[in-house]
Amino acid sequence: MSVRRLAEKQPASFAFTAENLSWAKTQIAKYPEGRQQSAVIPILWRAQEQCGGWLPQKAIEATADLLGMARIRVLEIATFYTMFNLAPVGRFHVQLCGTTPCMLRGSEDLKKVCRRMIGEENHVTADGAFSWIEVECLGACVNAPMLQINADYYEDLTPESLTRIINDLSTGRRPKRGPQIDRINSAPIGGPTTLTDLALFAGNGKSGETGAPTAPNDQATDPRRN
Amino acid sequence: MLADKDRIFKNLYGQHDWGLDGARRRGAWDGTKDILARGRDAIINEVKASGQRGRGGAGFATGLKWSFMPKQSDGRPHYLVINADESEPGTCKDREIMRHDPHLLVEGCLIAGCAMAANTCYIYVRGEFIRERERLEAAIQQAYDAKLIGKNNIHGFDFDIIVHHGAGAYICGEETALLESLEGKKGLPRLKPPFPANMGLYGCPTTVNNVETIAQVPDIMRRGAAWFAGIGRPNNTGTKLYCISGHVERPCNVEETMGIPLRELIERHSGGVRGGWDNLLAVIPGGSSMPMVPAGADQADTLLMDFDGCREKKSALGTAAVIVMDKTADIVRAMARISYFYKHESCGQCTPCREGMGWMWRVLTRMSEGRAHKREIDLLWDVTTQIEGHTICAFGDGAAWPVQGLLRHFRPEIEKRIDQYTANVDSTGVLDPAVAEAAE
Repeated sequence: MSVRRLAEKQPASFAFTAENLSWAKTQIAKYPEGRQQSAVIPILWRAQEQCGGWLPQKAIEATADLLGMARIRVLEIATFYTMFNLAPVGRFHVQLCGTTPCMLRGSEDLKKVCRRMIGEENHVTADGAFSWIEVECLGACVNAPMLQINADYYEDLTPESLTRIINDLSTGRRPKRGPQIDRINSAPIGGPTTLTDLALFAGNGKSGETGAPTAPNDQATDPRRN
Repeated sequence: MLADKDRIFKNLYGQHDWGLDGARRRGAWDGTKDILARGRDAIINEVKASGQRGRGGAGFATGLKWSFMPKQSDGRPHYLVINADESEPGTCKDREIMRHDPHLLVEGCLIAGCAMAANTCYIYVRGEFIRERERLEAAIQQAYDAKLIGKNNIHGFDFDIIVHHGAGAYICGEETALLESLEGKKGLPRLKPPFPANMGLYGCPTTVNNVETIAQVPDIMRRGAAWFAGIGRPNNTGTKLYCISGHVERPCNVEETMGIPLRELIERHSGGVRGGWDNLLAVIPGGSSMPMVPAGADQADTLLMDFDGCREKKSALGTAAVIVMDKTADIVRAMARISYFYKHESCGQCTPCREGMGWMWRVLTRMSEGRAHKREIDLLWDVTTQIEGHTICAFGDGAAWPVQGLLRHFRPEIEKRIDQYTANVDSTGVLDPAVAEAAE
């Protein structure tokens, strides 16, 4: 568990925009009648987006009122789920994965880059542009080390490529998301070792032959296959 | 090696069209109506006969799980819930399915829903997968537009799919915590029984399945149980997505046959361990919750990557996320970092877990520096056994096992560090943990 408390400095009020309010109604409609509480995480998430990346107390309360929930029930959700930021973050909020698979491939070096370019963890730069935080596994382990900036993953990073990404963002450029090296998504560097049989993609709309599979190891070189 | 034509995930790397047209060219949505027409029992029996076991970690037989759903509705709706809260360190396979081949999942949901008379399916995607969720939602919309799902669809079985998301909580991958979260509460696992098949989402019969499990179902139904059962070995059938990360030359995801030897898997698809096979120190074969298997002739050298093969080495297949560590890895620190993960992600409901995770992390952090007593090694082992099996959910087990794996295989390494530290200790003698500065 981690200790998470509301920020000391809070805005005086919060109201959903008309657009977000009607969006919230579509979310509530996804769930059976009387189960509108199910929509609490998506709606809190939208409230966080409306507030520039963090959740003030008033937004939590407005969500509770919207869903007819006790305020404490929504507050405990906001403190339980770690993607809800309870204090302001930068316009570019960097979530750096530090869990073992990323650590083995150099996430500690990326932390140094974040410290040098952004500052201490949970600290927003003076211009409000950046903040960073170490998070737990983001689920892109074969592209380690990686991090998430707002909605996008940046993978296969080095200190140099991360420096470039932060520089690009701060000068208004949009860096390429995904792997930062010459690589197709999660395929091995240098190209896939599998799925090279073009017959798979001939477009016959069949998922494959039925019956027993071909014995292992006789495939890749079998000329009868195409 | 698995033949390309026997692969299910033909767009694993996203080189082709993820959309409905592309998926159809690769064989998705082919004859789905005929599959549904075979009826509930026939579908369940086919999946049972295929021997498919759940791909989410626990390895429970899929067909058997489906058969627990009530045969007759007592008035309550049935629900199918897909666990796409992929967060186990090392695991990144469901992400590829959702962003590159989402129609396999959508079609699988329809077939599974039909098999358990569930007209509604919720897919719970982890909060961080924002782009993946957008892609999945787009695919579902395509399926609605083509009347493949929805009310009065061409398949004659009304079926709605709703995408839901979390907001950063590993524990929501535990099925009952996931249901709590889906109901708009904190993700605290429930006591079982009652099991979800009797009382799950909103108190209704529910089955929770992993993304990969469900995405395999259309191919099992189309190509037959015999095809699936013919891959791998008995009790460990079919294909599996492996995620190979850590100290290998070319980390990657790859679909391979169950039971492939670890060494072949790594050397064929990932270019081998950095510095050669002899440079291997240890491997975690199934995601961070599983005990490591060290290098050695009777250990990693002969490890077969399936449920039984991993169990023979006192580990488990889990999610088949292979985390490789070579001899440059600081194994104690690597495990301390895994313990930190569990400390961070404990839901806090059960005392052994809430208190034990932080305790194990602090002790392991000290041990990684050698700042500990040797007697604490036994104490640490003792604590892991007091956490294991004494919590509501399997999170406690999953956090205790990797520590046990470390102590089982690398005790001499910890002792060596303690000796080195003791030799250099200063006159203040800050060795006693009672006075040692807490690792926090």
